[in-house]
Amino acid sequence: MTDVPATMVTPSRVSQISRVVGQLAVAVVAALACGAVLILVAGANPVVGYVALFNGAFGSLNSIVEVLVKATPLLLAGLGIAIAFKSGYWNIGAEGQIFMGALAAVWVGLNAHGWPAYVAMPAIIGAGFLGGAVWGLIPGILRARIGASEIITTIMFNYIAFFVVNYFVTGPLVEADQFLPQTDPIAKSAELPRILRPTRLHAGIFIAMAATVALYWVMIRSTFGFRARVVGANEAAARYAGISVGWTWLVVSGVAGGLAGLAGMVEVAGVHQLLLEDISGGMGFTAIVVALLGWLHPVGVVIAAILFAALDVGADSMQRVIGVPVTLVYIIQALVVLFVLARSALEHDMFRRIWRRFRPE
Amino acid sequence: MVGKCSSAPPRVTLEDITKHFGPVVANDGVDFTLADAEIHALLGENGAGKTTLMNILYGLYRPDSGAIRVEGEIVQFDSPREAIAHGIGMVHQHFMLVPALTVLENVILGMRSKHEPLLDFGDFRRRVMDTARSYNLAVDVDARVSQLPVGVQQRVEILKALFRGARTLILDEPTAVLTPQEVDQFFDVLKGLREAGYSIVLITHKLHEVTALCDRVTVLRGGRVVGVERADNVTREQLARMMVGRDLPRSGERQEITPGAPVLEIEGIECLNARRLAALRGISLAVRRGEIVGIAGVDGNGQSELAEVIAGLRAPTAGQVRINGRDCTGATPRRCFDAGLGHIPQDRLGTGLVPELSVADNLVLQTHADSPFAQWGTLDRDAIAENAERQLEAFSIRAGSRDTATNTLSGGNQQKVILAREFSRHPDIMLAVQPTRGLDIAAAQFVHERLLAARAGNTGVLLISTELDEIMALSDRIAVIFEGRIVGVLDSATASRERVGLMMAGQDDDATARAAI
Ligand SMILES: Nc1ncnc2c1ncn2[C@@H]1O[C@H](COP(=O)(O)OP(=O)(O)OP(=O)(O)O)[C@@H](O)[C@H]1O
Ligand SMILES: [Mg+2]
Repeated sequence: MTDVPATMVTPSRVSQISRVVGQLAVAVVAALACGAVLILVAGANPVVGYVALFNGAFGSLNSIVEVLVKATPLLLAGLGIAIAFKSGYWNIGAEGQIFMGALAAVWVGLNAHGWPAYVAMPAIIGAGFLGGAVWGLIPGILRARIGASEIITTIMFNYIAFFVVNYFVTGPLVEADQFLPQTDPIAKSAELPRILRPTRLHAGIFIAMAATVALYWVMIRSTFGFRARVVGANEAAARYAGISVGWTWLVVSGVAGGLAGLAGMVEVAGVHQLLLEDISGGMGFTAIVVALLGWLHPVGVVIAAILFAALDVGADSMQRVIGVPVTLVYIIQALVVLFVLARSALEHDMFRRIWRRFRPE
Repeated sequence: MVGKCSSAPPRVTLEDITKHFGPVVANDGVDFTLADAEIHALLGENGAGKTTLMNILYGLYRPDSGAIRVEGEIVQFDSPREAIAHGIGMVHQHFMLVPALTVLENVILGMRSKHEPLLDFGDFRRRVMDTARSYNLAVDVDARVSQLPVGVQQRVEILKALFRGARTLILDEPTAVLTPQEVDQFFDVLKGLREAGYSIVLITHKLHEVTALCDRVTVLRGGRVVGVERADNVTREQLARMMVGRDLPRSGERQEITPGAPVLEIEGIECLNARRLAALRGISLAVRRGEIVGIAGVDGNGQSELAEVIAGLRAPTAGQVRINGRDCTGATPRRCFDAGLGHIPQDRLGTGLVPELSVADNLVLQTHADSPFAQWGTLDRDAIAENAERQLEAFSIRAGSRDTATNTLSGGNQQKVILAREFSRHPDIMLAVQPTRGLDIAAAQFVHERLLAARAGNTGVLLISTELDEIMALSDRIAVIFEGRIVGVLDSATASRERVGLMMAGQDDDATARAAI
């Protein structure tokens, strides 16, 4: 009967991962090549620039630590987005969930003076998760119960969260000096401990690693992950098979929100020790790209998060050495995305044709 | 009739076509010729490579080796666009129409208008209507596709191909979704096209269609050609033997069984269809253990809705459903399964399967969380794999491996995945909707045997099918559905085809049979 052609046989798991990594590598190389042209146009030497970029990201212990510190929240939020997207729940709200996680965390942190660390730390971690989870759950409930598009509600919730945080850091929670739009520092006992002084590496990286392992189990090995994949791939089949689509969305909206909340929490408790007005700075959106580039697979998300963090960290040193603006790196990041997206198109049609023209018969 | 002219080259020639998908050889050195003005049947078991071969001709796949000639000239298609430019059109079984658009819009989709960049609807409309008229394709060009019955949608697909200048039509199992009346009309259209010089490839599993309509037939088995015959030269038995490679066993004997307690009881069910019109108007029905109750009817008289209500996929507005004595009115599908329901749904790719997931995963769609497939919320991949191997074997499902994505299976093999899954759960009541749609004859017979075996094993079976032959052959009782009502229930021992046929058309006033069962 009919069989609408599908492209290929599902390969084994290992070769699937290596294919994804390979694609990413090709995209990065292609994007760097395009970036090189731009650097040339700007009148600088791309080789020198890229060496500086690489050294800036991986050249010293300190720079490697910076990459990991930047990658930690991206990874946390990206994992949440990955499981949501895999379930067909298009959560664009990580940004807002990061803000709310950070707000909840700072509220606990400010009140934790005098608490022992073994109370304060779990409390602040839990608060971060909960703050994001609640913020993620509301659109999830709206989607599951009344069918409101989560794409729209989560975007709106980003704005609300941003302004809520804005209100708190300029109003009720503003620092004692009332000078900057930020809070006072949180209690020492609630901070995520630094693990490699004097670098900024903090215990948040363990949280991210634990989350990766947990999400790997949930998405790949657990029965819940199985149902989530079914829901994401074919809602009608999920219903037919007795899987509750609404419940699945509720759970993933909460988990995704919670993970993004943890990302906000590590920025508060691990990096700044207080809540800034713009604590996320668009991480919630970068995390979407990270999740997609990582093929919505936990391992892929780790790789993509480190890649994006490295480009970010290396950008400064490239600017310093060859004097091209940091924005060039944003262009390269965008090109990576484009090349990954373009891959299927290239593989299928155009490329095949061009190849045919040049191939000796 | 076979317009074979010794001088002119044939319309289409496929020479020594080979196509691999990973380890699977879908086509293995296939030669195929299509003459001018002939209807050529392409026959073969599920997974024999029919669709693949035609997808190659239509430019969807590239062959690993071999050549395609159109009117004698070697061609190479990189996409259907190029095939269309050479006058080749294809109608897939899953129609590729845009439901929200009108017929006219669908037909002209992607074509250049006379006054680019403006759309000249008036001009298109005239030409589309001319085309439709000249080939007796009765369609309302302004109707929305989503509101058309499948038979008409199929005409739209053909119209679309013809309007693009196709002189060669490939039809992949076009009759699988048609009612017998629609099939007759459809054949008239095809005959008209043949007379007008069109060449047609007809993929089918129905042997009587080959002998009734076609000029020649090519039979594939395991990706190879096992024979090319003139259709008036072969009998159905010969064709069946060529396809399967052996004689088909006589179908199993029906055992006499005294039906037991009712497992499915339906009382006064009413419900609305997707367009919020009354679809079921008070249906009452009971299926007992060890009996097969067939629902006969022309497609679209409420069969899909009835199945959905029983399976918990559609809430009835009135009435009651009990499975195994448990109230399942408006229950969740989960509850229905737990109460003992097995369900072979009508729409396999849309509802019955998750096409992107592996065959192994699809085989545990409902049971993945149960022992032995999971412990403590963790999937046991080994147990799932082992189950898959067993089912692939038991239902002779042709798949590259158990990890193959289900959407790469041939249509018939996809259907077998659903059948394997539902039978292996040993339900108390099997709701089978068009269970043999798209299956080759051997597989269809196998399914019939499984249904009879289930009956012998004290399972109740509710068989919903538009194939009257299937209903007549399997059922203990036949309930005829017409416009959302059961218009009669007949004992299959005494029911005649004519009688059932009349009732299906709503023309039987014998009210005695109207009572509910
Ligand atoms: N895209 C694909 N990827 C991998 N394998 C494929 C793909 N398409 C087809 N196959 C395999 O090739 C073989 C032939 O498939 P094909 O769809 O041509 O069979 P068919 O004769 O049309 O069968 P049916 O009557 O069941 O529709 C099958 O074993 C199928 O699994
Ligand atoms: Mg096929």
